[in-house]
Amino acid sequence: MKTLGVAVELVWHSTTDLSDFDGVILPGGFAHGDYLRPGALARFSPVMGAVQRFAEEGGPVLGICNGFQVLTEAGLLPGALQKNVGLAFLCQPTTLVVTSNNSVLTAGATLDDELVIPINHFSGSYTCDDETLERIVENGQVVLRYKDNPNGSRADIAGLANERGNVVGLMPHPERAMSTLLGSADGRVLLESFVAANVAA
Amino acid sequence: MNYFVIVDVTLRHGIADPEGATIERALPALGFSGVSNVKAGKSFRMSIDAANEHEALEKASALAERLLSNPVIEDAAVRLGETVAP
Repeated sequence: MKTLGVAVELVWHSTTDLSDFDGVILPGGFAHGDYLRPGALARFSPVMGAVQRFAEEGGPVLGICNGFQVLTEAGLLPGALQKNVGLAFLCQPTTLVVTSNNSVLTAGATLDDELVIPINHFSGSYTCDDETLERIVENGQVVLRYKDNPNGSRADIAGLANERGNVVGLMPHPERAMSTLLGSADGRVLLESFVAANVAA
Repeated sequence: MNYFVIVDVTLRHGIADPEGATIERALPALGFSGVSNVKAGKSFRMSIDAANEHEALEKASALAERLLSNPVIEDAAVRLGETVAP
């Protein structure tokens, strides 16, 4: 985010007030309690109450990888992430297709554009029931899809927004695709879009 | 009273179960034929202080739904065990 000229501050999980911030990112990595289910215990961290309020007030919230899992466990995004279909930890570049501009993450991206962004996860297979799938597709909440589905995600879903578009989660790591020198700069358009939403909010 | 309670968490019907499928595929090679519908899940065991069996199971159901399972993809079944947990 600093490469985009944004001031960033790490907050402790016991933080209960995020009102001074313009946007919140739940990063990837691993959280305590992932051994039960990814995000299962992290969602009960005190800070998640503040994230919930921040989201309800329309603030932009982005969950990347483990952050996406936490957002689904917390009920801020529909569905769930389960183990990859091949039961393998996947760490590879993937090609994503922008399928909706209806979110703070993809508002600045071009529809149908292909973005090369890496994934790095064991539980990234998105799943939800039929009704939910129908609803999120109809509402344009499915913002990114895999071109070649690597993990068995339902309907090739890689990234998903809430109905309002201010809360977004994705399994791929846009922050690891910020420079052509390191393989791809395709993540920039997404994070720049998220930053622009901060300014607008 | 102290009750020994078992919570079984399984994937809901229709949710892909890659672990179960992998185990099932391995069985014929080991000489086990005629085994199908293999489902993988988790089992939790615990001791619960409660006034009666009903209360113990209610408590277990509540914690199973809140923490041990993700109701979006999993079902949790609670039952009393026969022995007291060590």
